[in-house]
Amino acid sequence: MTQHGHEADTVFARALAGDRRALGRLLSLVERGGPAAERITELAHPHSGRAHIVGITGAPGAGKSTLTGQLMRLLPERSFRPAVLAVDPSSPLTGGAILGDRIRMDDLAGESAFIRSMATRGHSGGLALAVPGALRVFDAVGYDPVIVETVGVGQVEVDVAGAADTTVVVVTPGWGDAVQANKAGLLEVADIFVVNKADRPGAADARRDLELMLDLSHVTGQEDAAGYRPPIVMAQALDGTGADALWEAVAEHRSHLEATGQMADRRRRRLRLEVISRLDQMAQAQAAAVLADDVGRQLLGEVEQRQMAPTTAAARLAERLLTDRRSGRGTG
Amino acid sequence: MQDRIRIILAKLGLDGHDRGIKVVARILRDAGMEVIYLGLRQTTAGIVTAALEEDADAVGLSMHNAGHLTLAPAMVKALREADLNIPVIIGGIIPDEDRERLTEAGVAAVLGPGASAEEVVQAVRQAVARQSDGGAS
Ligand SMILES: Nc1nc2c(ncn2[C@@H]2O[C@H](COP(=O)(O)OP(=O)(O)O)[C@@H](O)[C@H]2O)c(=O)[nH]1
Ligand SMILES: [Mg+2]
Repeated sequence: MTQHGHEADTVFARALAGDRRALGRLLSLVERGGPAAERITELAHPHSGRAHIVGITGAPGAGKSTLTGQLMRLLPERSFRPAVLAVDPSSPLTGGAILGDRIRMDDLAGESAFIRSMATRGHSGGLALAVPGALRVFDAVGYDPVIVETVGVGQVEVDVAGAADTTVVVVTPGWGDAVQANKAGLLEVADIFVVNKADRPGAADARRDLELMLDLSHVTGQEDAAGYRPPIVMAQALDGTGADALWEAVAEHRSHLEATGQMADRRRRRLRLEVISRLDQMAQAQAAAVLADDVGRQLLGEVEQRQMAPTTAAARLAERLLTDRRSGRGTG
Repeated sequence: MQDRIRIILAKLGLDGHDRGIKVVARILRDAGMEVIYLGLRQTTAGIVTAALEEDADAVGLSMHNAGHLTLAPAMVKALREADLNIPVIIGGIIPDEDRERLTEAGVAAVLGPGASAEEVVQAVRQAVARQSDGGAS
């Protein structure tokens, strides 16, 4: 415990002083979870809350990384210090992953930018904890904005992107892309749309489809009370067309959030979500421990023999868990 | 200490095809590693930056243009200068007589085009294990 505290403290201090290697290390510690990650979260939290968190999501191949690379090129020119967390799926079978987002960003990103790749399964505690942990670290050491790229499939990925201050949803021309985004639940979380690959046929149609869906959500009252309607930015990420317009839209959205008090709301919601995720993780670990001991196994046996209802067993175990905790015999 | 190996894969220099390195990327992924794939035409400086930011455990380089005798040692040197004590593994068509010179220059392992998937995975695992035993950090 103290050893973890010690390493976390020195690495955090060095990262705070601008040491990029230390920051790389810090991100690994946070990703791995456990006591070191907890210590880092304690250290970083008071320093965080300044960066604008921007989520970029959409289907694989839509051009999210290329577009992010374009932002990384233009932001340092405007005296921003951007960081990217690029999340890619791991293989469910082996847990391995090919993280290929950097390849689209490296040539574009300026010296001051920091890019980190993260696999969806490469950490304990799940994406819902690893991502906010990493974003907090970037924020605490002074990066702003912090961009998080996720593939917009899967509920967790959409949740992560949707928990940003500003969420950008990238679609491409072609049959049904906007419709797919709708199905994946991406439309509800979008603050800004990008129709990327606008050099391809069908870009105008994609834009029109999105406008139609936005009109519909206006009718059903999804547009926010202050009358914000997500803008649609046309882009060609390969040559950088539209990157300026995208950044302008992001900045406008930020002003809107700040003017209406929604920024504070979003951050409150995000922090709450993080506390819930952590509680969830702790509860699951405790549940696993209590199920594995003698009493747990016995109760499970009785459930199997149909002598006890699953609900009763759970209630008994919950009771044990809570008394164990109070008398300080819990499994940390 | 590191539970899951993170390795950077890149091709240094100007030569143009990425078939081999893509195969290696898949082999390592299937062995449970996280492969940070940088692809073609990388520079040693770019790879050092990526290794720092990604907190990589190893760098794998693919070489097919006879530049290995200068490029591979340059890579090792650039990493050491950045105080990154991680192994460099190279793969490609490397003449036998060059292997020793590469090892002397600090290259951790050299894999020929005939290396099996298992050999590739073992080479990376062993290089990472050796470095973290002997290394400072
Ligand atoms: N034609 C065209 N191709 C693009 C554009 N933007 C990105 N691409 C290509 O689309 C592919 C996927 O891009 P990438 O940024 O990796 O997409 P991601 O999976 O959403 O991160 C790459 O081959 C890019 O070069 C664009 O505006 N037009
Ligand atoms: Mg990508």
